[in-house]
Amino acid sequence: MLADKDRIFTNIYGWESPSLKAAQARGVWAGTKEVMAKGQDWLIEEVKKSDLRGRGGAGFPTGMKWSFMPKESKDGRPNYLVINADESEPGTCKDRDIIRHEPHRLIEGALLASYAMRAHACYIYIRGEFMREAEALQNAIEEAYAAKLVGKNACGSGWDFDIYVHRGAGAYICGEETALLNSLEGKKGMPRNKPPFPAGAGLYACPTTVNNVETIAVVPEIAKRGASWFAGFGREKNRGTKLFCISGHVNTPCNVEEAMSVPLKEIIEKHGGGVRGGWDNLLAVIPGGSSTRLLPKSICDTVLMDFDALREQNSGLGTAAIIVMDKSTDIVYAIARLARFYWHESCGQCTPCREGTGWMYRIMQRMVKGEARLDEIDMLLDIGHEIEGHSICAHGDASAWPIQGLINHFRPEMERRIKEYRKKLVA
Amino acid sequence: MSVAVKKDFQQPKDFKFSKENMVKVELHISKYPKGRQASAVMALLTIAQEQNGGWIPEAAMEEIARILDMPRIKVFEVATFYTMYNLSPKGKHHIQFCTTTPCWLAGSAEVVRACEKHLGIHLGETTPDGEFHLSDVECLGACVNAPVFQHNGDDFYEDLTPENVVKVLDDMKAGRAKPGSQTGRATSMGIKGATTLHDQAKKAGVKDAG
Amino acid sequence: MPKLTIDDIEVTVEPGTSIIQAAEQVGIEIPRFCYHDKLSVPANCRMCLVEVEKSPKPMASCALPCGDGMKVHTQSEKAKQARKNVMEMLLVNHPLDCPICDQGGECDLQDQAVAYGYDRSRYEEEKRAVTNKNLGPLVKTVMTRCIQCTRCVRFGEEIAGVEELGVIGRGEYLEIGTYVEQMVTSELSGNLIDVCPVGALTSKPYAFTARPWELRKTPGIDVLDAVGSNIRIDARGGEIMRILPRLHEDVNEEWISDKTRFAVDGLKSDRLDRCYVRRNGRLEPATWEEAFEAVKTEAKKRTFGAIVGDLADCESVVALKDLMESLGAKNLECRQDMAQIDPAHPAGYLFNTTIAGIEKADAILLVGTNPRTEAALVNARIRKTWLAKRIKVGVIGRKIDLNYPAQYLGAGPETLAELAEGKGAFAGVLANAKNPMIILGAGALRRADGYAVAALARKVAEKFNMVKDGWNGYNMLHTQASRVGALMLGFVAGDAASWQKVDALYLLGADEMPVENIKPDCFVVYQGHHGGKVAARADVILPGAAYTEKSGTYVNTEGRVQNGLQAVFPPGGAREDWQIIAGLAAVLGRKLPYETLPQVRARLAAVNPAFARVDEILPAKWTAFGKDGKCDAKPFGAAIENFYMTDAISRASKTMQACTDAFVKAEEEKAVAHG
Repeated sequence: MLADKDRIFTNIYGWESPSLKAAQARGVWAGTKEVMAKGQDWLIEEVKKSDLRGRGGAGFPTGMKWSFMPKESKDGRPNYLVINADESEPGTCKDRDIIRHEPHRLIEGALLASYAMRAHACYIYIRGEFMREAEALQNAIEEAYAAKLVGKNACGSGWDFDIYVHRGAGAYICGEETALLNSLEGKKGMPRNKPPFPAGAGLYACPTTVNNVETIAVVPEIAKRGASWFAGFGREKNRGTKLFCISGHVNTPCNVEEAMSVPLKEIIEKHGGGVRGGWDNLLAVIPGGSSTRLLPKSICDTVLMDFDALREQNSGLGTAAIIVMDKSTDIVYAIARLARFYWHESCGQCTPCREGTGWMYRIMQRMVKGEARLDEIDMLLDIGHEIEGHSICAHGDASAWPIQGLINHFRPEMERRIKEYRKKLVA
Repeated sequence: MSVAVKKDFQQPKDFKFSKENMVKVELHISKYPKGRQASAVMALLTIAQEQNGGWIPEAAMEEIARILDMPRIKVFEVATFYTMYNLSPKGKHHIQFCTTTPCWLAGSAEVVRACEKHLGIHLGETTPDGEFHLSDVECLGACVNAPVFQHNGDDFYEDLTPENVVKVLDDMKAGRAKPGSQTGRATSMGIKGATTLHDQAKKAGVKDAG
Repeated sequence: MPKLTIDDIEVTVEPGTSIIQAAEQVGIEIPRFCYHDKLSVPANCRMCLVEVEKSPKPMASCALPCGDGMKVHTQSEKAKQARKNVMEMLLVNHPLDCPICDQGGECDLQDQAVAYGYDRSRYEEEKRAVTNKNLGPLVKTVMTRCIQCTRCVRFGEEIAGVEELGVIGRGEYLEIGTYVEQMVTSELSGNLIDVCPVGALTSKPYAFTARPWELRKTPGIDVLDAVGSNIRIDARGGEIMRILPRLHEDVNEEWISDKTRFAVDGLKSDRLDRCYVRRNGRLEPATWEEAFEAVKTEAKKRTFGAIVGDLADCESVVALKDLMESLGAKNLECRQDMAQIDPAHPAGYLFNTTIAGIEKADAILLVGTNPRTEAALVNARIRKTWLAKRIKVGVIGRKIDLNYPAQYLGAGPETLAELAEGKGAFAGVLANAKNPMIILGAGALRRADGYAVAALARKVAEKFNMVKDGWNGYNMLHTQASRVGALMLGFVAGDAASWQKVDALYLLGADEMPVENIKPDCFVVYQGHHGGKVAARADVILPGAAYTEKSGTYVNTEGRVQNGLQAVFPPGGAREDWQIIAGLAAVLGRKLPYETLPQVRARLAAVNPAFARVDEILPAKWTAFGKDGKCDAKPFGAAIENFYMTDAISRASKTMQACTDAFVKAEEEKAVAHG
């Protein structure tokens, strides 16, 4: 269990003001200049040593990602940092709390990350629905400008740094980094083919790194407290502290910062107030946001919440959004509703995802009622495989995973419904 | 989400940004490098929607295309891609329920049903007095405060129940609805109190769950 | 240069070559829908997935650049399965309406479904239906068939220069649409039909008329402008059903203009299919013998002059020249529009840079021309160059609506004269350009001071070093298919108006000549394929063949000699034109020394050796063309007023009439309303 002194987000619930003054009292913006004085490469090294992995879902090592950025521009193209605040993965609402309650940690992190990656400009792409959060962030940025923490000669470091908020307008797919860049350029949010990768040609075809809000917001503490402090939590390669979102059938749904590799059961019992009706009333958990395959209770009993432990269970840590479902849950509907989500949020650009998500959604709708054939369960898996790995971005893959999780662990329930529906038809 | 725009309403002939909004327009354009003004298209569409009472008329898209020096079709593409842009009127209070799995697990279906019953309309419809328009949307990103709805693309109303949501609607019509948690929770903390940050909780006078 | 293997075949390619292109180089075809080698690469259809060793996922071969040492498999189980999967997905929402779809038989989706797909559908859910769009009188839409490959949108943006089509909506409801509801206004819109790999965009005039397997395909050369677009003429029996483009990278690439494609129905109406002789003031049907006799009678009494029209083939021009000269005729003319073009100086009347050469230009000055209407594919090349390099374009003449940015410099010769002195707004651009170009249109020469204007244009070219080793930036843009060939054959008199004095005229399809200037007592022979006001003035009418009905040689504005083949026979009693002239010559006792097509072509080469060099460009020697003199301040006019109707064929076309109504008149009305 993480000690309070090791928690980064000390105002995650907004008990105190998000203002600059209050943030400074919490230690934000302290020693920023000194950290910058240690140099850009030191910063990148420190982040590498901390073993920080991206908090947006994919878990790519952050330090390594940063090191892909060109250290000097050979053709005059600037480097950009883009922060992904398009938090839309069902179950996930952690970045929202950082933005509205701890915006200065994010802005300070943006300065350090931009400095490390030789970027003078940073855009924060925030989902359009987070109107109030965007306002809070904009206020904080203005405070930071007024206090000369950002802008020309940010924090007196000699580094010029501008930071802007860009609001989205309702498209989950813009959380995909290249779709986000297209959206930022004023186009439809459709993912780009890779290569080229953003570090080579990203925003306005310039070298760009896209990082999640939480990833950036923990950077100042890593830099100040040291990589070894951060790397002291969690298991190897799964280090650090992490914000978890606990939703669904728990007694006290909440967001909470915990150490990586915390047992799932422990975090649900300790912070989520336990499963509604007790642990034995648990049916299944989606451990890392809608895109990760669900886990039946038997796995939940012991599994640890980190990238590798969950991957071993054929699921993933994703955004660490724990969606708890008790035994009263219509599990087929719960997943069918996610199928609708992926269908609705497909950008429609490439064939497998555009056509396949709708196909799966429609079959899933019938599965809820049992209005299907037994062989269609395997067909669903097959359609998933037809999409997986064939689309431009991972949305296609992600659309198949929840259904695969369902079939892997709840096939008997699906078969039962089909048989019952048949019986009723005959009767 | 079909593209086809219903034609049962009047499109204004002209659209001009108000003086105050024109200042905002310039501000947004200035955020992007020279020649990249197209980046501001989303912001301009949003401003146009606000100015025009919650929906974007064709004339506004043409004006935006002119201001940003973009082909009109490119503005139209963007306006039809993102779900927050309304190309037809949506009523004075546009209520957008999240019905994705986390909200559904927390009872969004019952909340929606309570509203439908209370207002006498279904999802996708507007009350005859033009006060309320109900729609369902995908995950709003407030899952630990589920179920939630968003009002006119800005405020979130959280921790809804079939009972409290009806009161919210009545309050809204009366102009006194308060956004945020409707059960008195402090944002995303568990309802029984703090499980972490005990010193801070004490300082802030927040209940500690131990 | 990356070296890789594709299906174990080793290939070395230029850096930046994609896998799909590399595969083509070694003869391996990878199926595709969205990829088109003239358009940008969105990689959205996913049909071209291949297996690349060491890559966990199959890769889109159209978007993946070749890397050194790559091992690509297009026929492995993984690659085949990926294609099969994508094919199934493409078909789930595609209607099974092939029997009533005009694309049937030449549909990429149909063909590839057979080659790469499953033999039955597993999709049992509701299918998507999409509202059709009104794209105007040429392109028919059945949008439910659309597979969202976006080729049409990219064609509009990248080639045609009309940003009117877009991809609207998202997800399963993604559809191709226009801004709210409007037609596509482009001279190249018919190419949308060709780029569409399915039956979503088909030809409206051709709808439900024929199946591809019923058609006989003949390679031809278009004559409705002076580009010399390579075309394929599709005929069923004796009827031309449609015209399609044929690839020629240096001329039309794989595009044709809407007039080239859609004026084809004009070949079926107002045709002259028998001889006529004027008797007692009235044109009466006659036999070939009677018609020839009537000419013979007058030929004894009169001295002929002759004018060839814009659509004439070189074979009939040389035959007419030989016949006329044997009759002692001097006033031979091909410049119906009286443009002051000097046949003695080829560099002054050719498009010297060549059409493909435009891509090397970095600044272009347009003088008295609107390439968009006068030569839509030359314009497409300019636009392509602009798109690639953002070249500067300046305009002297009318204020024209181009589909790339252009700087308007002035209306007439004064501006040109200024430039010739190195002054004016565009002088700096031309001076700094490595490969500057000037394009002179007929609008600049169709005036009394035309030779002086030409001299001025030459001076501009010389001033800005447009003519040098390996680069000739001086260009004349013609609008008539016959013009350059006739000039090369010397079918020109000293004075373009000298024919007005003669007492007998032989008009070879001279439909645009000022018929009112013919002397009242002049005896007129009209040989051609369409009736019109010129034919109506004739005393003898000899029915000829249209360009699809004869094998003919044409020289385009670049000086490129090209041959087209006969696709069908001329209607009724009409005959191929050079044979009519040869037949008449025999009756007149002036038998021509050739009887077969190869013999006529040998004669062409004898008159001008360039005719022996088919499809070659022979650089013209730079000479001092034009005449120094004072220019009138009068602004330059336009060579063409209405793109859709420029000649006897397009004027007879109902489709071109519909386009005129839809686009030209609508524009005029808009102008009036706004003006």
